[in-house]
Amino acid sequence: MSAPQAPFSVEQALLGPVRWRASHAVVALGVLSLPLWLGSHALLANEIAIVALFAVSLDLVLGYSGIVTLGHAAFFGFGAYSAALFAKHLHPDPLLGLAVGGLSALLLGAVCALSILRGSDLTRLMVTLATSFILLEGANKWDELTGGADGLQGVIMGPLLGRFEFDLYGQVAAAYSLTVLTGVVLVLRRVVHAPLGLTWQALRDNPLRAQAVGVSVHRELARVYTLAAGIAGLAGALMAQTTGFASLDVFALERSADAVLMLVMGGTGWLYGGVLGAVAFKLLHDLISNLTPQYWTFWMGLILVTLMLVGRERLWQWISRRGRGA
Amino acid sequence: MLTLLFDGIAYGMLLFILAVGLSVTMGLMNFINLAHGAFAMLGGYLTVVAMQRYDWPFLACLPLAFGLSAGVGVLLERTLYRPMYGKPHLDQVLFSIGLAFMAVAVADYTMGSQQQIMQLPDWLRGRTEWFADTPWALGMGHYRLFIIAVCALLTLVLQHVLAATRFGSRLRASVDDARVARGLGIPVERVFAITFAVGSGLAGLGGALGAEVLGLDPTFPLKFMVYFLIVVAVGGTSSITGPLLAALLLGVADVAGKYFIPKLGAFIVYALMIALLIWRPQGLFARGRS
Repeated sequence: MSAPQAPFSVEQALLGPVRWRASHAVVALGVLSLPLWLGSHALLANEIAIVALFAVSLDLVLGYSGIVTLGHAAFFGFGAYSAALFAKHLHPDPLLGLAVGGLSALLLGAVCALSILRGSDLTRLMVTLATSFILLEGANKWDELTGGADGLQGVIMGPLLGRFEFDLYGQVAAAYSLTVLTGVVLVLRRVVHAPLGLTWQALRDNPLRAQAVGVSVHRELARVYTLAAGIAGLAGALMAQTTGFASLDVFALERSADAVLMLVMGGTGWLYGGVLGAVAFKLLHDLISNLTPQYWTFWMGLILVTLMLVGRERLWQWISRRGRGA
Repeated sequence: MLTLLFDGIAYGMLLFILAVGLSVTMGLMNFINLAHGAFAMLGGYLTVVAMQRYDWPFLACLPLAFGLSAGVGVLLERTLYRPMYGKPHLDQVLFSIGLAFMAVAVADYTMGSQQQIMQLPDWLRGRTEWFADTPWALGMGHYRLFIIAVCALLTLVLQHVLAATRFGSRLRASVDDARVARGLGIPVERVFAITFAVGSGLAGLGGALGAEVLGLDPTFPLKFMVYFLIVVAVGGTSSITGPLLAALLLGVADVAGKYFIPKLGAFIVYALMIALLIWRPQGLFARGRS
């Protein structure tokens, strides 16, 4: 007699997470209005929005599809340099530059996706690491174009939408980055709950079985890697545009490791994990840097080790149980 | 020409000693340990401190570096590493890179961020020239000769232990299939603890030997992490000859690349590795395992 009940609950389980609720609008409006009342903290908000976007893109690769990578900064950096070079030599419009940064990283991701299709976790780890090192070396050695170790200077951005100049306090920058972040998260929210996103998760949980039910593993891996690379490129472009500067550290191993730590703090395989993790990470970073500016890496290492020993699942179980819906 | 090859071989031998422990732990417990370089750094710093502050002779420092690194290794294995074995690779990577970051910060705090300079004893300082003024000129630094000799000796010993002793056959059995080995009554945990200790000790010894050649500063574990991983990823984890060949290849390629095309720097090594891993994802010398 409970048979009619079943389709309803299945539908509920599948569609529930995608439905819009009033709370979403409230949160989105709240986030978007942040620059208005943040005042002098707008610069920090801008920074957080950028690393959050980067962490979200990493979540697609690491959390949703289970590709172990320590070289995601390659795409962040590529987007940053493309956007900065575009603004310097071709056109100062920020939105065009953002598109250029994202698209160029997307293309790079499509090429690099070829390198992560086969092999074990170790192979992927190595290949992704090496990709980011190669780009780092490239930016370092090709100094006529990139400025080498001094960084790419003299990037002057035009006003946003032809109207809003980037100001010193970063209010326009923060509004810009937060809007992009919100937009990307809203789009991804659709993607990860669509069959596409569900396929990626199946791939992560059991590649062999996913293949058996007809999923083309290589194609899906390439897709998710390319998409994530493009989003990381957007984050990089935002960074280059709002700071008016691109330096070698956009490619650094620490940047990738930071993003992974944010993701782990916020919870992987959950879209808002990257955002929450970025907020927690940046605030923590700010706090600890004020206490001991030099030895931040020690504390970061300690957090990683403890988190892993305690078990990130256990720590985040109750939150993800509530939040998986979101 | 030959000088270059010679330097490359010395470098490769050193990389092999540094990375062989990593290769065994990776094969045995399927554990990706990014903190392996920290043990090498420990060995290097121990040697520098013992030689400079306590006037220990160089040769006495090497066993010290080996012993203390092995001790620290076994301690960490017992306390921190053990709970991580069953975890997913991502957790292991994050855990061990966290350890590496901590090691970097601790070294920076205790020893300062500057490059450490090693005072070699006089008998290791010279240089022998063969066939000078011919195209085949071969200049051999005595210290590099010493490195090659020590590493070759160690390789022979390792090969002998692995191939011809009871412990070696137990180890090989555990690497091939830990579950079956456990079923046959082999104490896999203890085998692993010993192997981990020896691997860390060898890394410490390699760090002590290599402080002069590779340079020693607090970022050592991160700087050379990739090189160790290349050796393991390319050489495979199922034998000793695989990593050895991979290390020699890497050493020669790196030295030659930096000499002939300095502008490209480390490019060649990374590009070569990506190409190799796309071609043979399981490593160049691995047995056919899917």
